[in-house]
Amino acid sequence: MKRLSVTKPKAIIKVFAVLLPLLLCGFGVAAASAEHSSGVSGNGAASPAVEVAHGAAGAEAAPEEEKAGDVIMHHILDKNVLSFEPFGEVSLPHLSVPAFVPVLGGLDISVTKHVVMLWLVSAALMIVFSVVGGKYKTMSSRQAPKGLANAMEALVEFIRLDVAKSNIGHGYEKHLPYLLTIFFFILFCNLLGLIPYGATATGNVNVTLTLSIFTFFVTQVSAFRAHGVKGYLQHLTAGTHWSLWIIMVPIEIIGQFTKPFALTVRLFANMTAGHIIILSLIFISFILKSYIVAVAVSVPFAIFIYLLELFVAFLQAFVFTMLSALFIGLATAHEGHDEHESAVAHH
Amino acid sequence: MLTSGIILLAGSLLSPNPGLIFWTAVTFVIVLLILKKIAWGPILGALEEREKGIQSSIDRAYKAKDESEAILRKNRELLAKADAESDRIIREGKDYAEKLRADFTDKAQAEAKKMITAAKDEIEQEKRRALDVLRNEVADLAVKGAEKIIKTALDADMQKKIVDSMIQDLSTKRN
Repeated sequence: MKRLSVTKPKAIIKVFAVLLPLLLCGFGVAAASAEHSSGVSGNGAASPAVEVAHGAAGAEAAPEEEKAGDVIMHHILDKNVLSFEPFGEVSLPHLSVPAFVPVLGGLDISVTKHVVMLWLVSAALMIVFSVVGGKYKTMSSRQAPKGLANAMEALVEFIRLDVAKSNIGHGYEKHLPYLLTIFFFILFCNLLGLIPYGATATGNVNVTLTLSIFTFFVTQVSAFRAHGVKGYLQHLTAGTHWSLWIIMVPIEIIGQFTKPFALTVRLFANMTAGHIIILSLIFISFILKSYIVAVAVSVPFAIFIYLLELFVAFLQAFVFTMLSALFIGLATAHEGHDEHESAVAHH
Repeated sequence: MLTSGIILLAGSLLSPNPGLIFWTAVTFVIVLLILKKIAWGPILGALEEREKGIQSSIDRAYKAKDESEAILRKNRELLAKADAESDRIIREGKDYAEKLRADFTDKAQAEAKKMITAAKDEIEQEKRRALDVLRNEVADLAVKGAEKIIKTALDADMQKKIVDSMIQDLSTKRN
């Protein structure tokens, strides 16, 4: 908190220092060619302003309302090109599964922007964690971790104790690799969307759906392992009288599917919403064609939302992991069983 | 604003994309497997090891604390015992000295008394003996005197008896 309060005014001062010459320059141009000032200066100011907040929204962003919506959607949706706005774009290959593959034959598996982002995230994860893992391999248990290893350890320890151990309880160790991977995977995806030219893969409903399907499978498999087929079916009846089964069983089955659905929508909506808000704030100044609005409203508010997004990136990664752990814990809980009681007593 | 409506109506936000699902699944599984091997194993192992190390250190510290407390308690007990012992020894010594002094005083007094009585007896005896000697001497002198005075007329033994009885009377009266 203290650090934030120190850095925030500094950041604002820096942004103003960047913007001030731009504004003066813009007014100069406006004075020189008063008749078509809006078009010229609008183009001139658009790309830096957008880059400050988010990057490649586009220098050709036209000031009309419909166009603003198009640009925002263009930014958020998946597509087949990687655009580096003022410099050009890279088109990605179209791929499809060969027809002879039994199930997936003919499926379009083109590499898109979000796939590239997923791969970048994977690469970043592997680089970071090969460094950290290497440090832990060479470190003796009497040494304290430093730097990156220490930072990652704080997160790992948090997931291990506060998320996995407190929600799953007995036997949480075997779910730890999954929970840690999903936490860091989502976290890095969220953060990578916040840097210029990046895209938020977790802001795509297909990605979040896939991740929650993984959680769904892990939950179901661990439930089967913990209770066996008979126990699993008993779980579906929720321990009610047999006459209520006709109501309870469908509800329980639907309940199994609403959990991953909630996970999917929560993560996707949160990540998408933040980006839409930042871009909308930036586009206010284009729609109103005003520098005052840009300086007084768009940029400060966009920066504020950006900082909020940084927090949300961590929060949503945590929430997804936390709920995954909770669902696994609920599925594996032994009701009235010694293990469960001891786990509860332990908390 | 109209923009939000347009975004909602666009619909493409929720459009399914099997290719992306496929790539996400593949990427995630590969990342999971690799990270499990290169990172989670060593990190979690190290964390667990450290946790155990810390727990054992805490246990050891508590054990050491208990031990030292026990030793302290024992030392205090020993100290208290030693104090009591020394008190007792001093008290006993004092008592003994007191008794000894009393004994010595009594003995000395008795001795002195005995010596005084012995001296008194001796004085008495000496006195008696001196009186006897004096008595004989006086009797002899008186007899000799009387013999000289009435040598011829009087029988010597008769006179001596008279004088003896007279002296006996005198001494009994005097005493």
